[in-house]
Amino acid sequence: MLLRILRRTGILLASLVASTVLVFAFMAVLPGDPARVALGVNASDEAVGQLRREFGLDRPLAAQYLSWIGGLARFDLGTSYISHAPIGPQIADRLMVTLWLVVTAMVIALVVAVPLGTVMAMRHRRPSGVLLSALSQVGVAVPAFLAGILLITVFAIGLGWLPANGWTPPDQDPVMFVKQLTLPALSLGIVQAAVLTRYVRSAILDVMREDYIRTARAKGLTPTQALRRHGMRNASIPVITVLGLQLATLLIGAVVVERVFVIPGLGSLLLDAVSNRDLIVVQDVVMVLVLAVLVVNFVVDLLYLVIDPRLQVSSR
Amino acid sequence: MKSTRFVAALGAALTAALVAACSAGSSTNPNPSASGGGAAPGSDKLTVGLVAEPVSLDFTTNDGAAIPQALLYNVYETLVKLDQNGDIKPALATSWKVSSDRKTYTFDLTDKAKFTNGQPFTAKDAVFSIDRVKKDWTTSLKSAMDVVADAKAVSDTQLQVTLKQPSNSWLYKMTTRIGAMMAPDGIADLATKPVGTGPYEFGTWNRGDSISLKANPNYWGPKPHFGEVVLKYFKDATALNNALLTGTINVIGTVQAPESLKQFEGNSKYQVIEGTTNGEVVLSFNNVKAPMNNLKVRQAVRYAINHKALMDTCWAGYGTLIGSMVPPTDPWYEDLTGLYPYDLAKAKQLVQETGVANTTLRLRIPTLPYAVSCGQVVKSDLEQAGFKVALDQLEFPAAWLTTVFKNADYDMSIVAHVEPRDLGAVFGNPQYYTRYDNKQVQQDLAKADTGTPQEQITYMKAAAKTLSEDAAADFLFLLPNLIVADKGITGLPKNAISESFDLSQLGRS
Repeated sequence: MLLRILRRTGILLASLVASTVLVFAFMAVLPGDPARVALGVNASDEAVGQLRREFGLDRPLAAQYLSWIGGLARFDLGTSYISHAPIGPQIADRLMVTLWLVVTAMVIALVVAVPLGTVMAMRHRRPSGVLLSALSQVGVAVPAFLAGILLITVFAIGLGWLPANGWTPPDQDPVMFVKQLTLPALSLGIVQAAVLTRYVRSAILDVMREDYIRTARAKGLTPTQALRRHGMRNASIPVITVLGLQLATLLIGAVVVERVFVIPGLGSLLLDAVSNRDLIVVQDVVMVLVLAVLVVNFVVDLLYLVIDPRLQVSSR
Repeated sequence: MKSTRFVAALGAALTAALVAACSAGSSTNPNPSASGGGAAPGSDKLTVGLVAEPVSLDFTTNDGAAIPQALLYNVYETLVKLDQNGDIKPALATSWKVSSDRKTYTFDLTDKAKFTNGQPFTAKDAVFSIDRVKKDWTTSLKSAMDVVADAKAVSDTQLQVTLKQPSNSWLYKMTTRIGAMMAPDGIADLATKPVGTGPYEFGTWNRGDSISLKANPNYWGPKPHFGEVVLKYFKDATALNNALLTGTINVIGTVQAPESLKQFEGNSKYQVIEGTTNGEVVLSFNNVKAPMNNLKVRQAVRYAINHKALMDTCWAGYGTLIGSMVPPTDPWYEDLTGLYPYDLAKAKQLVQETGVANTTLRLRIPTLPYAVSCGQVVKSDLEQAGFKVALDQLEFPAAWLTTVFKNADYDMSIVAHVEPRDLGAVFGNPQYYTRYDNKQVQQDLAKADTGTPQEQITYMKAAAKTLSEDAAADFLFLLPNLIVADKGITGLPKNAISESFDLSQLGRS
């Protein structure tokens, strides 16, 4: 068990280092010059050259890379080319906004998907189960931004119940915060719920076919009782795997949904930084996203061990 | 039993995540009223939706129109300012005199103005601000101050500026950001805490979202009606429209999708204001590279484009047709749209004559709304005349700046030149991306700048006509300034012809 944790930690660190190289390489081949973007259309070549030296862009790529990851290793994310402000606090602020969105969406997805998927599985041959199944298929096909646009059209413009976009920090105005969070979280959450529902359904269907459920039924338990006592825990393993993957999808989906709902989160910071060629900010934000995804996967791996004692044995 | 443990664990994890997000979320906005200071003269609040958020608040080191749009005339004031007709009017300078050799300007300054850090505004601050443009600014706009030989404070309220040679454009440029008056003690943190003498003082900046300006309680002029004006930034034109429709904002400062105006025009809750801008949408040519170095090819392009139909298709018919690089609000405007009327037969004949049909022209446009929607129309117009056109979209600003602007690796592009009075900048310098080198135009521009105001008009007219006849570019149309606002809001800047989104006149009827 300890070995397994150590091995996973090793993989986590190696993936992190590999991704710094990839991210840096992508930024290096991206066309466009940060100094020229900062100085605009009327800048002279001398001015651009001088700013490039200030940014340190005239150094060899290897030196630029080393100074960047050297900073990362010391938890120093560097200074933005464009705003000259330290990047760490900016990312922290924006990350909190995105976390609100992603976590709320995840909760919505779980609250919808677990009961719905279970019902679908228990009634999988009956019309109601088939109907729910078809509906979730539609949900899978809808991208989150489209769901967002539809929700805005109906609930903000049409009915006027909720604001169409914007963001208010919870400590400033909690009511407005909830109102503005609802639609973006729903548009991310519903789509994820549709995906998750299908996994919950098939996980439960698989479990229901297992011998131990038949045994439990033979002891006189109803299907629901058998599922609750013996099936849920087994069914949760594939579902947790998918949850981990979905968290990554949600972070990426948030980038687009933040744009649709004008939310100042990590996604809008990333898009702005890309268009301004604020390369250090782009690199840092992508690394934060990479770190988040890797850590989630790491935690999911550890959760397997907690949920399924058999894995602890086999890995010994 | 066992399943409850799993659910409990999951619940605990989610709660922990929520709590973490919650407690840290409070750092998103430090105290919003921290820099408000003093009693607000009005409690009325207005939110204006705009498209481009500034990357920094320091226009001495960052180019980009968004910074002066928010700050100029609102937070920073200038000695002279541009009014809605394009005329130069007094601001911090109550009057000014020009010497007979037209090299010395004497400004009488108000003695009432105060910076928001409490210090009075004097001629010494004006000297400091002018000298600082030459010394410490890094953006290229600072070159407009090169013509200044000396600036000195005659008294606290009198400033004398001596130029190396007479220059009409200098006084005009003093209405732009380079004329912004700053305090020696107010420049410590230009990027986040601007200090000026304007009707508003800088409030807070929620990065990625909005900038709030508070009415300046000690303003020396008429106090603004609104106690707070929030400039809220939207990347997406639809999101901007939705924000007005749902009451999140009160004003759309610049409409980016004119076809969407219909939903507001018939609605009694809103007013639609149409004005003009300095934004000439130019179909620019690479004037030194074959085949665009051939006059007849350039003429063929100009004859081939049906400007009226183009403006109807790609900008919903809003805008003004122009025949050269001069908007109607400039004193030397003349209607030159007749020089190259739409004439498909003539275009076809010129295409035949020059054999240009064998070359594929690269139309490389930036990913901006007007360019994307007009690019397709230009391509199809040109193809009807027999041209072969390859349309490329280059990401704006980064990729377009490097490929088209710096390396001039293009045949044609479409870009709105929004700087005021930019004929000289775009067509007077052979190094500029248009690569246009015409001695006659350059001489006329020089004479216009050093001559009397009347001579300026004469020579600018001549330069505008020459470059249009020479087909240095095609001028598709002039961008309109389209504002949508809640009914009852008054004093909105109808014309976007200065660098500022001037909030000083705003009120409510």
